[in-house]
Amino acid sequence: MNICFDNIRIVSPLQSIDIRGYLWIEDGIIRHAGAEAPETTRATTHIQADDLTAAPGFFDMHVHLREPGQSYKETIESGTAAAANGGFTGVVCMPNTEPAVDSIQVVEFIHKRAAGLLTDVHVCATITKGRRGSDLAAIETLLNAGAVMFSDDGGCVESAEMMRRAFDYVSTFDALLTQHCEEHSMTKNFAMHEGTVSAELGLKGYPSVAEDIIVARDILLAEYCGNRRYHAAHLSSAGTIRLLRDAKVRGQRVTGEVAPHHFVLTHDAVRGYNTNAKMNPPLRTQADVDAMIQALADNVIDVIATDHAPHALHEKNVEFDAAPNGIVGLETAVGLTLTHLYHTKVLSIQSLVEKMSVNPRHILGLPQPMIENGSSANITILNLDKEWTVNTDRFLTKSKNSPFGATELKGVPVYAINNGKMIACTL
Amino acid sequence: MGIIRRGCFGGGLYFRAALLIATDVKAQATHLISTQPLSRTTIEQLIDNARSYRQHFSKTHQYRTELSGRIIVNAFFENSTRTRLSFETAAKRLGADVLTFSSSGSSVAKGESLFDTLQTIDAMVPDIIVIRHNASGASEFATTCVGCSIINAGDGKHEHPSQALLDAMTLLDVFPSLEGKTVGIVGDILHSRVARSNIHCLTALGASVVIAAPQTLMPQIPDSWKVGVADSVQDVIEQSDAIMTLRLQNERMESGLLPSLGEYSARYGLRSRLFENLRHIPVLHPGPVNYGVEIDYALANSPQSLLRHQVANGVFIRMAMMTHCIQHDNTTNTYA
Repeated sequence: MNICFDNIRIVSPLQSIDIRGYLWIEDGIIRHAGAEAPETTRATTHIQADDLTAAPGFFDMHVHLREPGQSYKETIESGTAAAANGGFTGVVCMPNTEPAVDSIQVVEFIHKRAAGLLTDVHVCATITKGRRGSDLAAIETLLNAGAVMFSDDGGCVESAEMMRRAFDYVSTFDALLTQHCEEHSMTKNFAMHEGTVSAELGLKGYPSVAEDIIVARDILLAEYCGNRRYHAAHLSSAGTIRLLRDAKVRGQRVTGEVAPHHFVLTHDAVRGYNTNAKMNPPLRTQADVDAMIQALADNVIDVIATDHAPHALHEKNVEFDAAPNGIVGLETAVGLTLTHLYHTKVLSIQSLVEKMSVNPRHILGLPQPMIENGSSANITILNLDKEWTVNTDRFLTKSKNSPFGATELKGVPVYAINNGKMIACTL
Repeated sequence: MGIIRRGCFGGGLYFRAALLIATDVKAQATHLISTQPLSRTTIEQLIDNARSYRQHFSKTHQYRTELSGRIIVNAFFENSTRTRLSFETAAKRLGADVLTFSSSGSSVAKGESLFDTLQTIDAMVPDIIVIRHNASGASEFATTCVGCSIINAGDGKHEHPSQALLDAMTLLDVFPSLEGKTVGIVGDILHSRVARSNIHCLTALGASVVIAAPQTLMPQIPDSWKVGVADSVQDVIEQSDAIMTLRLQNERMESGLLPSLGEYSARYGLRSRLFENLRHIPVLHPGPVNYGVEIDYALANSPQSLLRHQVANGVFIRMAMMTHCIQHDNTTNTYA
């Protein structure tokens, strides 16, 4: 690799950089990043980059790579290929695998499978053994093995007592707990958001208050247990935004994330019983979407994460009640975010990079990639204005369960560079 | 061998290769899934045709129709007696050959998916599949799995169009028109496919609809439902020209939506004495009845009860529905 991007825009919020200039990368190291032209070598390939923007590598802190146990849906190899194709150079994979990520062996298995790939794979381990909610997992051991956060994702830690014990237990080493916020007693057999569309379609509803209740409970517990670190995953309800905002104002160490589908789509997308609009939490109302967008603008929501959840075609090509929850998101997240937040002027490019690169790494305590001479290159390169149409056949994820097929978007990832590797995105 | 019929699944199109060739790719089978998209004209035509079948009914002669020699499959993935028998009778009176399939003892019990089961039936080239399933949207999903017509005989908590059409036909036997009439619907609106189909059908015919249910059995009412809401059965009776009550499933108590049958019945049950001076108000029930819960025995078997009339009309309306699908079917499938 010996490439120089000529006349590229370089945006790095942590370095307070937004310049147009030259970015020369050789063998995975940034040889030059600056306004003036570098003296490149004869072997250097020059790419005229007038329409490109370089940013520190994007990071998705909520993906399901399905390995071990469900490799027919996705593998670490296919999922990380999709991540890179979508512009992400780092991901955190969720622990609802088979077996669950509750032992050193599974953490090491994932690290081994992910070694040497372009996309860094970090592991979220479980809070309770087997995600069963009854016994604490060996959290400190898992932390020492490299797990970066803890969650029973796919489900919620139901018992308030168990969640309180988890907060207390991690206080010694200040580990990050993250929650899939769902009061299960209110959501049994749900198929979609409880509202007027579920009434029309005759589908069992998941009321948004069932998310709010857990966010409220966990914020109270985190405070009670000595201002513990807490991250609320894939938020969907306007009610949780109010709770998160209040907790932040009070100085609690709480953060939140939203998936692109929750600031783009409403429950109307389910009409026609579209199983590719079925996910957990479900698509909600326009008022909820508006609250998500406002919370992104106000920094109440810190992170955009995809909740990438691949499922095979035969699993989704069924009657709505029988379909599993979840959609793939890695290869549409950048396009959706640029289209619906950047081009609508909700987020500046700097804020967008913070929410897709800086903040997730900051919350997880991971090193931040810098775009400066001598650093190893961990960079996402975007074309902010390119108009394109989503074609799920071009996805590198094993599964194609996206509601965004044939959607027209503005802004696309073009290259992902990390760990001495570079790929051209093929969306 | 050829590629036929495009179905839309999610964002993308998929193509189905099968034993059939459609000579006209644009040809689409006609389905009856929901009353929501049906125009007043279509509903009135269906009822007129059903009346015509009733008028020319004779036990000894079969109707000479386009359905002669056609194959109709009753695919019942959920238990049913009256609806299944009604569709079967309707098809036989039209001279069609009927195959009835119920999920117990079938490949569904072995874990075959709905998609595969329907494709298997479709490969035998029936003209209509009548489907009942406990999942809302199963009938609409079925239209993406097969090339023939689909008639929804009840899908989960979504719709039950043949019930609504027979209810409308029954009401139009009492009233010359439903324009300006108010029909009350009392009971478990949240879980009722009968209520959903009736709301659309009755409002399309110009009637006003008033609904009443305990709040635990009442959904958030969408704008598309042009309904009023009443608090009790007395409220509904005061406003209505006709009343429908819905079957209450026992599992509603188990899931904590109601404290007891008695308490439900006290506020929402139709009792004969409520109608002492109102013997002209027709009372309907889709059946089967829980006597003493949603309606008492005396009222259900009184002259103002239209329960038997509904069942009788059910056969004729289903004949009209099947004929509608066949008459509007312009697919010309042949074996390759």
